[in-house]
Amino acid sequence: MSSVVGKAHPHESASLHVRGSATYIDDLREQHGTLHAAFGLSTCAHGRVRTLDLDAVSRSPGVVAVLTARDIPGVNDCGPILHDDPILADGLVQFYGQPIFLVLAESHDAARRAARLAKVDYEVLPAILDTAAAIAAESWVLPPVSMEHGDAAAALVASPHRLKGAARLGGQEHFYLEGQIAYALPREQECIHVHSSTQHPTEMQHTIAKTLGWHSHQVSVECRRMGGAFGGKESQSAQIACAAALGTWKTGRPVKLRLDRDDDMTLTGKRHDFNAQWEVGFDTEGRILGLRIMLASRCGFSADLSGPVNDRALCHIDNCYYLDAVSVRSLRCKTHTVSNTAFRGFGGPQGMFFIEYILDDIARHLGLDPLSVRQLNLYGDPAGEVRNTTPYGMKVEDNIAPALIAELAASSDYTARRAAIDAFNASSPVIKRGLALTPLKFGISFNATLYNQAAALVHVYADGTVLVSQGGTEMGQGLYTKIRQIVAHELGLSIGQVRLTATDTSRVPNTSATAASSGADLNGKAAQDAARKVKQRLVALFAEKHGVAPESVVFGDDYVCSGEIRQRFAELVGAAYAARIQLWDSGFYATPKIHWNKDTLQGRPFFYFSYGAACAEVAIDTLTGESRVLRVDILHDVGKSLNPAIDIGQIEGGFIQGMGWLTTEELWFRPDGPQQGRNMTHAPSTYKIPSAGDCPPVLNVRLFDNANVEDTIHKSKAVGEPPLMLAFSVFFALRDAASAAAGRAVPLQAPATAEAILRAIGGLP
Amino acid sequence: MPQRPIQFWFRGRLTEVRDVSPQRTVLQWLREDAHATGSKEGCGEGDCGACTVVIGSRDDTARGGVRLDAVNSCIQLLPTLDGKALFTVEDLAQPEHLHPVQQAMVETHASQCGFCTPGFVMSLWADYEMRDAAPSREEVKTCLSGNLCRCTGYRPIIDAAQRAWQQPACKMDRTPLRATLDTLAAMPALDYTSHGQRFIAPRSLAALAQHCETMPQARLLAGSTDIGLWVTKQLRQLGDILYLGAVDELKTITHTEAYIEIGAGASLSAAFAVLVQEDPHWQELAERFASLPVRNAGTLGGNVANGSPIGDSMPALIALDSQIVLQKGARVRSLALEDFYLAYQKTALEAGEFVRAVRVPRHREDAAFRTWKVSKRAEQDISAVCAGFSLHIEDGMVREVRLAFGGMAATPKRAAQAEAALRGQPFSEITVRAAMAALAQDFQPLDDMRASAAYRLQVAQNLVWRLWLECSPDTGQPAPARLQDLQAVQS
Repeated sequence: MSSVVGKAHPHESASLHVRGSATYIDDLREQHGTLHAAFGLSTCAHGRVRTLDLDAVSRSPGVVAVLTARDIPGVNDCGPILHDDPILADGLVQFYGQPIFLVLAESHDAARRAARLAKVDYEVLPAILDTAAAIAAESWVLPPVSMEHGDAAAALVASPHRLKGAARLGGQEHFYLEGQIAYALPREQECIHVHSSTQHPTEMQHTIAKTLGWHSHQVSVECRRMGGAFGGKESQSAQIACAAALGTWKTGRPVKLRLDRDDDMTLTGKRHDFNAQWEVGFDTEGRILGLRIMLASRCGFSADLSGPVNDRALCHIDNCYYLDAVSVRSLRCKTHTVSNTAFRGFGGPQGMFFIEYILDDIARHLGLDPLSVRQLNLYGDPAGEVRNTTPYGMKVEDNIAPALIAELAASSDYTARRAAIDAFNASSPVIKRGLALTPLKFGISFNATLYNQAAALVHVYADGTVLVSQGGTEMGQGLYTKIRQIVAHELGLSIGQVRLTATDTSRVPNTSATAASSGADLNGKAAQDAARKVKQRLVALFAEKHGVAPESVVFGDDYVCSGEIRQRFAELVGAAYAARIQLWDSGFYATPKIHWNKDTLQGRPFFYFSYGAACAEVAIDTLTGESRVLRVDILHDVGKSLNPAIDIGQIEGGFIQGMGWLTTEELWFRPDGPQQGRNMTHAPSTYKIPSAGDCPPVLNVRLFDNANVEDTIHKSKAVGEPPLMLAFSVFFALRDAASAAAGRAVPLQAPATAEAILRAIGGLP
Repeated sequence: MPQRPIQFWFRGRLTEVRDVSPQRTVLQWLREDAHATGSKEGCGEGDCGACTVVIGSRDDTARGGVRLDAVNSCIQLLPTLDGKALFTVEDLAQPEHLHPVQQAMVETHASQCGFCTPGFVMSLWADYEMRDAAPSREEVKTCLSGNLCRCTGYRPIIDAAQRAWQQPACKMDRTPLRATLDTLAAMPALDYTSHGQRFIAPRSLAALAQHCETMPQARLLAGSTDIGLWVTKQLRQLGDILYLGAVDELKTITHTEAYIEIGAGASLSAAFAVLVQEDPHWQELAERFASLPVRNAGTLGGNVANGSPIGDSMPALIALDSQIVLQKGARVRSLALEDFYLAYQKTALEAGEFVRAVRVPRHREDAAFRTWKVSKRAEQDISAVCAGFSLHIEDGMVREVRLAFGGMAATPKRAAQAEAALRGQPFSEITVRAAMAALAQDFQPLDDMRASAAYRLQVAQNLVWRLWLECSPDTGQPAPARLQDLQAVQS
């Protein structure tokens, strides 16, 4: 019997995507009387509003209402954890571009025009824009946190070699192609239904209810699909959803709030940029003996998800490497900039970047190949010495990094190409090549144990077709496709017999964000659980009807069978309906084994780890600093793949997105002047994500042959976030090339823009 | 006389539009008025390509007499469609089967979130229609240079472009379309007023010249790749608009002994094709200049007339001592392009005058020409620095040299001191170093989000050094490779 799990089914919406008929929120037919909203934004990074003159806004053509913080009936806050995130700033402005009022107008254009007409007078206060200024002022959104494992100070003293270092790692704009949007519709009896482009419908529901002073059962939130999210629509969609709902509450009319690209990039948070300083001790072979490191992140004006983001950075400071004695101090800097948030990897990539930088430093200091130093430091017990406990006290029990790296080093021909590149560089003064192979290990589960739960509904209709509702959202990652495969597999159906409904808080309640790469792990298991409950009843009916043992009944190819006895699934379902058997059920899943003490930063936060590695070859032009990626080989672990096409799509897409983060994607805030603190990289004309020409001409991607050792859905592994970190290979290949140009280890900063590369090689005064 | 509506081919028939503002964009009209939501707004500035549509226009050299160009509908104004055909993603598939480019996109798993997909499909479709054989990967990348995808990493989309050709051919029959476009071409020129704003699309140079003189306040509009952003980003009211795109005489490109005259209405794609043929050293700039949809819509005349300090064509044109041809009424004058730029966004254009053409001197065997663009991203980016160099060496001496830069000053500008350091001197490492040092007197560039002042100056100097490396007669070394020509090492 053929299984639909493990097959390369196309994305369930692929045919709609290419026809242009996949419906995003702005494509929904607008209800009569729909109003369009736009935020009015602050033009000051830090200040008190002395006067807010909205006369011209109100009088602008097409304007129906202008709302401020005073119009909010409930709590003026959309913060996911702390309550420091106003929907509309109330007197105090904390970043340039912060929403201070909301215009409701008859058209999108009219709302945008009016929003620019406010006259605001500020008492300007001193603005803190970066981590250095925040550290100097001890300006934190959350108190500093330390994680200790072993005696780092003693280990450093005892180390034969010691190095100090520092590096800067830039932030990243999500640049989902579909900007933030919400469309709120009034319903009877003081209820509101909101179409929200969000990874977290439940949190939108709760936050809207809180804003309006309502209860959860008055608000429903729906999301069929997003045009990309990447973490940017986990908490940050709340401000948009709450504002639209507020408009509907105030006017009784449908209200759509769609941010144009500039507003979106100005007022929504990004990946945290980090600064790190460290001292590392190591032996003559390059084995790390002790590490002391300080990680400072720019959190922006509010806490948002910065606590867990920074915790995850701490929990990934080890990457694939055993750290016997380590001391990490994490500073969560409060700055007068937009509030930074979740972004694919959620702090993990930032933690991992620095340990890769440190290993690169060690190798260059000792004159060793960085790959051999990386391999030497991997978790494992090659010489009987047990090196498998993470700094946060979790045992690494599924370590495949050594085997995976060895396989990739062979298939990418690392050693021979290393020699060929060195030879090329010796005779090429202007163009230099670089090569690097870097691994990744990423912990799967939300650090906070409670979020690791999910529920689903499986409806089998009397005609034998199946509708699945579940709590995960579709942002392009293929969750709906995988859930469809899982349920079709369970019920032995062809994939066309199973559909998914739009994710809606009125169908599945109390859901977690579709985040932390957990969508298929959690919701897949829940959907499987629900399908199995229905299936068991069908098995019992079939066994009774045909006088066979229940264990002998199998489902496949749209039939239910036992030996030679076959019955069409739809026919059996019809019979079950007639026999008054329940044909729908709910499923639930809670990840086992995990626990986490957020005060001691110890526990087993992760159910398992995902692994991968990439080898990148690059070239740089030492006259301009421009670079090009020439070849990339990737070997990545997704356990037993639920859908290899979708998984490879996540791997390649994550890799390229990570490459953008570390190369061309640079956020630039005005450091001074009247527009101090303004993000000047607020559109694709100024913020450069990779384009088709940046796709490496040689890109070899393979799945590592593996099955999850833990009992995950069909032994698969999460794939959403981990591949982003494959892009470290590009950064460290660039550093390799730049070091070849300079004849020494260069302090390349991320993103490695052309300017950063030219500066690193000493080509700038 | 009642005014005629805006008329264009859409969904297989002639469509007429009345009563919309002349500065309504094609995308606004599609999404909000025609409820055709397949085309998406991703950025509103022609940079992401989610809004890509295909415009059909009369062209006797193209199959069926119609050429098809992908453009960004978010920055095109609706009246510019008059006399054209508009195709969107909804036009491609039949109810039961997909077009080969769509089918290939499904088979290569080339969509994830799907929001950018309609734009990619339209870029691929225009390419599919306009060529006779499967494109190379380099050609595909050019075709896709104006489309951003944040999910896939592009590889499957590039594969799809080639895979589409493995299916039975499915080319559009353009004959009925050409007939309709001919009918439209026979209509009087569009003179459309709505919302207190007039949009005139004259058909002849004479008519254009007359309108310019009588309405000197009117906004001249060509490819809309900059003015479109005034509308979508700055929310500006353009006032009356004089559209240059319907004047066929402005699109002509003629070769004389002394120069190539490129009509101000010729698209950047058309202009670069001719310039690259004249001297292949234009190629690198031609590839990096904006993106294909912007090059299809935008004009060389517009780039020059706009006078932006970061316009990419001017350094090369100035280096070649190009002339700009201006017309006011019946008066036609020409002046050196470098003299056209007076100050930041201020040119020598008089009221009622318009740019008619650019004259680019013919390739000289005795002079080397180079133009290089440096930006954060290789494709579709705005320059940190753009350089155009012309160098005439005779008997080891620099007879003539012109070094022009964009991104270094308030206007595109020659480096007078650096040129002086070279002119009449032996072409040697010493004089080249002196010229590089002199650049610091020529320019005081700015710090901004694209680059620091220090980087701009250093790169400008290094590009002069590259000129030396490429043109030096006696280094005995081959010129350094260009990044775009490199391949991975063979092991």
